[in-house]
Amino acid sequence: MKFKGKVWKFGSDVDTDAIIPARYLNTSDPEELAKHCMEDVDSSFTDRVKYGDIIFAGKNFGCGSSREHAPIAIKAAGISCVVARSFARIFYRNSFNMALPIMECPNAVDVTEAGDEVEIDLDRGEIINHTRHKTFNCQSIPPFMQELVQSGGLMGYVRKKIISSH
Amino acid sequence: MGMTITEKILAEHASEREVEPGQIINVRVDIALGNDITAPIAINEFKKAGALKVFDREKIVLISDHFVPNKDIKSANQSKLLRDFAKEQDLIYYYEVGEMGIEHVLLPEKGIVLPGDLVIGADSHTCTYGALGAFSTGVGSTDLAAAMISGEAWLRVPETIKFVYTGKLNRWVSGKDLILYTIGDIGVDGALYKAMEFTGDVIENLPMASRFTMANMAIEAGGKNGIIVPDKITEEYVANKAKREYKFYSSDKDASYCDVREYNVSGIEPQVAFPHLPENVKGVSEVGNIPIDQVVIGSCTNGRLEDMRTAARILKGRKAAPYTRLIIIPATQWVYRQSMKEGLFDIFLDANAAISTPTCGPCLGGHMGVLARGERAVATTNRNFVGRMGDPESEVYLTNPAIAAASAVLGRIGSPEELQNPGEIDEI
Repeated sequence: MKFKGKVWKFGSDVDTDAIIPARYLNTSDPEELAKHCMEDVDSSFTDRVKYGDIIFAGKNFGCGSSREHAPIAIKAAGISCVVARSFARIFYRNSFNMALPIMECPNAVDVTEAGDEVEIDLDRGEIINHTRHKTFNCQSIPPFMQELVQSGGLMGYVRKKIISSH
Repeated sequence: MGMTITEKILAEHASEREVEPGQIINVRVDIALGNDITAPIAINEFKKAGALKVFDREKIVLISDHFVPNKDIKSANQSKLLRDFAKEQDLIYYYEVGEMGIEHVLLPEKGIVLPGDLVIGADSHTCTYGALGAFSTGVGSTDLAAAMISGEAWLRVPETIKFVYTGKLNRWVSGKDLILYTIGDIGVDGALYKAMEFTGDVIENLPMASRFTMANMAIEAGGKNGIIVPDKITEEYVANKAKREYKFYSSDKDASYCDVREYNVSGIEPQVAFPHLPENVKGVSEVGNIPIDQVVIGSCTNGRLEDMRTAARILKGRKAAPYTRLIIIPATQWVYRQSMKEGLFDIFLDANAAISTPTCGPCLGGHMGVLARGERAVATTNRNFVGRMGDPESEVYLTNPAIAAASAVLGRIGSPEELQNPGEIDEI
């Protein structure tokens, strides 16, 4: 999988209340959630985000609650991939389970700034920052996680397993 | 090589003789839990997958606790999804308003979760049950959907950090202060992807309520699970609640830990976590003059009977300061009734407190005490992120129930020692 887009840059410890405030959790409709994505951090985000844009963030992205509404809101807002120094663990597994591509790559985060044009090759674990003319190689994801992504997320994986066991 | 309690429970549920950190395993789940925010997505995924029946109707727990009694039409529709699914699947653990409670206080109280269990819950504070010596961790809605179908979950075996607490606890210091202090020490990602094992003579003597509070906030340090090796205190707690077999696991002497952190608790005073991260802690004596608008005593962190009793001891014969709202939320129907029977409600009402039916409510800015712009609250809850309890320009300070109750009386953040005649407050 490959993505190309413009970068949105956020700091460390972006929590799930920042990604989608709890006051909007009385629905799980992706379009509705997307309208309020990152609202309390940057109120212009939802108006200005473009389909395919990429989020870069500091450490512990997605800390706090287990709400899958967070990766759902990010995906529905049009974000193609999230790159961070590190991810909070429930956000990390939620992203793989629902097939939102994410990558841990501290070096790329350090150099990349908001507005940069970036290209990501998920299979090769490669990030190319075209604005800064730099290429980064990131930690590849474990084989099991790759299988999840290839199955279209956890439900696809479970379906495959059930079918193969019959 | 020996194993930690976390590794042993994981190995047992993966049908392996041993497991090691980093390994990805498939485990059998004893209990899978969802609430009115997370279960609707799981139920939807369950139906989309074409599943007809849950793998075991005695192992799925659905509880509407976040936005109940329902605050608006949308949240009512979400609760209805849970109710209809529970009926359709004939689930034995579904609790309606009037018998429900905040999930992480209710499940141990009802004996649904027991020592040695492997529990996943689509709620980050599912780590609470580690206090019983269970492996318990928060997951997402899709994980819950998959577990409802297959009875299994995938997990990466975590490394374990051992926390050793020794010494004598100071007055007004509880499990809440130990965990806040610990988070202050290691940071909100200090235990990222890791198990937090709480040990030492302080833990061995700590009552269950404080143990639950500590395990509950493991997630606030990024932890996968918090866990305490079960003992006599655990046995006393579960003995008359359990309706099925349970098993005590312990860590081997030669188990391997990625880090060991030791704390002498005699140097720890009641802690206050400043906005906007639980790691921003200060001792209560260092807080300075911070006026407040609201106090919330409740939540899955500190809404237990012991917390109500602590608040009552401080509020007895006192009143909330003028223009300071005091909201008290017993976490379950049992805590509610017991507080009433013990006369705590009279004390709360005389203190001008509003007493609420069990709900997560204001903890996540849902209802029952949402903050206006510029307002400041002291809360016994678990998170103080931007906008957590209401307006993005409001502030939440996290404390234990004693500090929260004293702050309500003072109208600013403070300790029971600052009240008139503090010596008359009974020892806890």
